[in-house]
Amino acid sequence: MKAPVLSSWFGKSAVAAPPDIESAALRSDRFRLEREGDWQQLEDIVKRMEKGGLRRISDEELLALPTLYRTAASSLSVARETSLDAATLSYLEALVQRAWFQVYGPRKGFFAWFKEFILGGWSRAVREIWLDVCIALFVMVAGTIVGWLLVAQNTDWYYRLIPGDFADTRVPGASREALMETLGTEDSADRLSIFAASLFSNNAGVAILAFALGFAFGIPSLLLLVHNMALLGAMMWLFVGADLGVEFAAWLSVHGTTELFAILLAGAAGLHIGRSMAFPGDKSVLEAAAASGRRGAVVMAGVVFMMVIAGLLEAFPRQLVGSVEGRFTIGGAFLVFWLTYFFLYRPARVEDGL
Amino acid sequence: MSAAVSLRGLTNRPKQERYLVTPEGIEIPIMLASKGSRLGALILDFLFFFLVIYAVVYLVIFVAGGAADTFASDSIEGASGALEFLTILFILFLFFMRYGYFMAMELGPRSATWGKRIVGIRVAARDGGRLTPEAVIARNLLRDIELFMPLVFIMLAPGGEWGSYGVAGAVWFAIFMFFPFFNKDNLRAGDIIAGTWVVEAPRTKLAETMSTSGAAASSGSSTVTGAKYEFGEAELSVYGEHELQVLERLLREDKDEALGPVHETICRKIGWDPGAGDERAFLEAFYAQLRAKLEGDMRFGKRKANKHA
Repeated sequence: MKAPVLSSWFGKSAVAAPPDIESAALRSDRFRLEREGDWQQLEDIVKRMEKGGLRRISDEELLALPTLYRTAASSLSVARETSLDAATLSYLEALVQRAWFQVYGPRKGFFAWFKEFILGGWSRAVREIWLDVCIALFVMVAGTIVGWLLVAQNTDWYYRLIPGDFADTRVPGASREALMETLGTEDSADRLSIFAASLFSNNAGVAILAFALGFAFGIPSLLLLVHNMALLGAMMWLFVGADLGVEFAAWLSVHGTTELFAILLAGAAGLHIGRSMAFPGDKSVLEAAAASGRRGAVVMAGVVFMMVIAGLLEAFPRQLVGSVEGRFTIGGAFLVFWLTYFFLYRPARVEDGL
Repeated sequence: MSAAVSLRGLTNRPKQERYLVTPEGIEIPIMLASKGSRLGALILDFLFFFLVIYAVVYLVIFVAGGAADTFASDSIEGASGALEFLTILFILFLFFMRYGYFMAMELGPRSATWGKRIVGIRVAARDGGRLTPEAVIARNLLRDIELFMPLVFIMLAPGGEWGSYGVAGAVWFAIFMFFPFFNKDNLRAGDIIAGTWVVEAPRTKLAETMSTSGAAASSGSSTVTGAKYEFGEAELSVYGEHELQVLERLLREDKDEALGPVHETICRKIGWDPGAGDERAFLEAFYAQLRAKLEGDMRFGKRKANKHA
């Protein structure tokens, strides 16, 4: 089986002229000398693909790549049987490995991946973890109730739950006017965009942490959800007590429907990993963890995207739109949008072109 | 194409070697990256990370100073607008550096960050399939609990500010940090949930053929004495493949002073009288003829692993 004479297809050859084949005393060296032109051609193409993707590769080279790869792979398997030249064997092993990553690892470009992600991949991943979403939702509701009940029984809990920078004027016993003021609007949009950027950065960080903690069997993710929602429950108690329940709900709903949804998904994705590691079913733990981790990663990419939107909503419409109806409309519209997108939008799966 | 040789059974393969079976049925050995090289890559990445952040901070300060100067005479609002824009850019930049640097680099065609490239390692899918964007995202989202949180806790816990909560947190996060030490594939937590591992990315150059020059060539003879070494069947059956490859390494290394003792050992073993001055030609000829014999036997399915076999 003589290697195809691919070298002649190309004008330039970076390969230095090899020694005369007939001068080699060993059969295995002659075998190598006959084929090393193709190997080096392959190495050259692979090297350029590693440097800059497919842009630096001409069409002919791209067509030749699979053939050259198979030549090298078959050379390796023949050489293992016939040659004792350790240097050539290790060269071929390294070359076949490198070429393998490029030939069988045609990665999607970022934009192709992103398109698939937006047009179905994300919502499919969310639906796939529906059970975890339900559990996380239950935990979040329970956390809110717990927060409310704790503070209702003993107001000291309020100071334990709410971090210092929130408890400015929003403390038990504050007047209705003081509380109303915190729900008010800003007069102008000055500095609100900085607020949006830092909100995004902070919230996305918390969501990523909630996801990452899922690795410890999901328990810390749930604790994080409970803690955050208890805070919300305590605040609700405060505002409802001052007869501002509807206003508070409107104020919260503007960004809350998006942000709380994102936190819900992040917690659910973390829980999904933890759950599949604790109960891997008929797969091995490692396989189950990898499958759920990749699914969770898709959800998380979406969560970061939702946090961007939530940050923008929190900074601009919430601080600028003052009416209860206006706030409810914005928040409600986003909630409807997310629910539709995740659960009603079900495009057919686009097959990966391998 | 001949049937694949299984490498798994062979005893002389390194412990950190794993196998990848291509669709052609060929086993390719891949080496797991050592913990040391991964740590080195991480340190290098952090170095780049901080260098870039410092560079951007200085740039921002420089531009901010410029903006303040330009707008000071016109209006205060103009200046604050420009500064606000810079602040937003800076916040977003920090976020994307923290979460995006590793992801963006590992999504590239080499599947490696700059630090990994320098030490010669890369990320690969553990099942031998392709490395998907999901896997890269998953393995890097866990960096938070493996690296940033443990470091925060370890730095703050001894201060006692957080009390026993801080110490407990530090211990707990340390488990994630030292995860690669607790499994045989050096997987960190992110590798586990992404189904990836980190392997060496070899860059082996094709070495010279051995039997085309010097005394190893078919018509070769010693350049010093002009003698042509010929070895008999009995003399060549003393050694096996292991010794052949040691000899190959020695000849390729090109260190003449190391040849003497080897020459002497071989001569004594095959019952020749060791001379001096022509060691290289002797060893080249011995290498070529030993390899010809062993490869000839190999074609008939007879292999001799080493001199004891």
